[in-house]
Amino acid sequence: MKTIEKNIAAQSPIECEAPNLQVQEEKGLKLVKYLIVGMFFGLIFVKAEVVSWFRIQEMFRLQSFFMYGVIGSAILVGLISIQLIKKFNVKAMNGETIKIGKKEFRKGQIIGGFIFGLGWALTGACPGPLFAQIGSGFTVILVTLVSAIAGTWVYGKFSDKLPN
Amino acid sequence: MEQFIEWISQPWPWYIAGPLIGLTVPILLLIGNKSFGISSSLRHACAACIPAGIPFFTYNWRKEMWNIVFVIGILIGGFIATTFFANPDVIVVAASTQADLAALGITDYSSLLPAEIFTWDNLFTAKGLLFFVVGGFLVGFGTRYAGGCTSGHAIMGISSLQWPSLVATIFFMLGGFVMTHFLLGPLMALVGF
Repeated sequence: MKTIEKNIAAQSPIECEAPNLQVQEEKGLKLVKYLIVGMFFGLIFVKAEVVSWFRIQEMFRLQSFFMYGVIGSAILVGLISIQLIKKFNVKAMNGETIKIGKKEFRKGQIIGGFIFGLGWALTGACPGPLFAQIGSGFTVILVTLVSAIAGTWVYGKFSDKLPN
Repeated sequence: MEQFIEWISQPWPWYIAGPLIGLTVPILLLIGNKSFGISSSLRHACAACIPAGIPFFTYNWRKEMWNIVFVIGILIGGFIATTFFANPDVIVVAASTQADLAALGITDYSSLLPAEIFTWDNLFTAKGLLFFVVGGFLVGFGTRYAGGCTSGHAIMGISSLQWPSLVATIFFMLGGFVMTHFLLGPLMALVGF
């Protein structure tokens, strides 16, 4: 029994904010659709200038409604879509029932959230825009990305010693 | 065609961009039962390249390849937007923000990121250390500790009515306010702005 539990834990990352609840595993060309959605997403990020350090400054200085409008309307559309998916029991393309992982409350959401906020105001980017900034030609952001990966690694290394 | 390019090259308003970003949530759920989230790609990068036997990075990251492919797509999307549909004008920023930033030594609005900070020339300076190394580290460490970023918590989490994500989002904003209003000025003075 213990081995089975261990195997399950090893297969899907615990406390992951993007739990992959698809049963079938996808490889190779099946992943192209995510590349296309990502491209669409990166294009919007840059065209709406949400990847701009200036937009993030406007937001945190409460001097523009723009970012609040973007995030607020994105949440609204997400909320309505999820309600519709649930109400009509819409299935995923491969026929699986759509599952959304439950997020458990932990102290990390407070402490880690605050730490991320500090970094967000400095870099002017959350992880998504970091990739879009690099694509937009700000190649020095590669250094920020490597540092963000290092930060993730350090968290992983000490995660069991941090309050959670 | 020219008119189309001219039209699409204008900066998009929030009420177009926001709903399109929100649509990513049902699209990912429908095409592959995937919950929207971006910072987890950093974790998968660690798991794939430098797991070092740490339990947090020991899982089947191959199953999560979609997330890595997704962020590569974001990078390519950024490239396409800038190469083919770039806005030729300077970025329009609120006058009050411009006044605040001028006091910090930021006055260049020719591109999306201020040229005073985000250049390779600054890499091995105190400015680079603060904005690239420290900033990036805080983003990576903080998002993982929080279990998500703006996409995973603020958009996906709140959309699916999960209160822990609302808590996380409140603290993202709080951290940003504290950095912007209390720490950014002194820190920038310290690194030579």
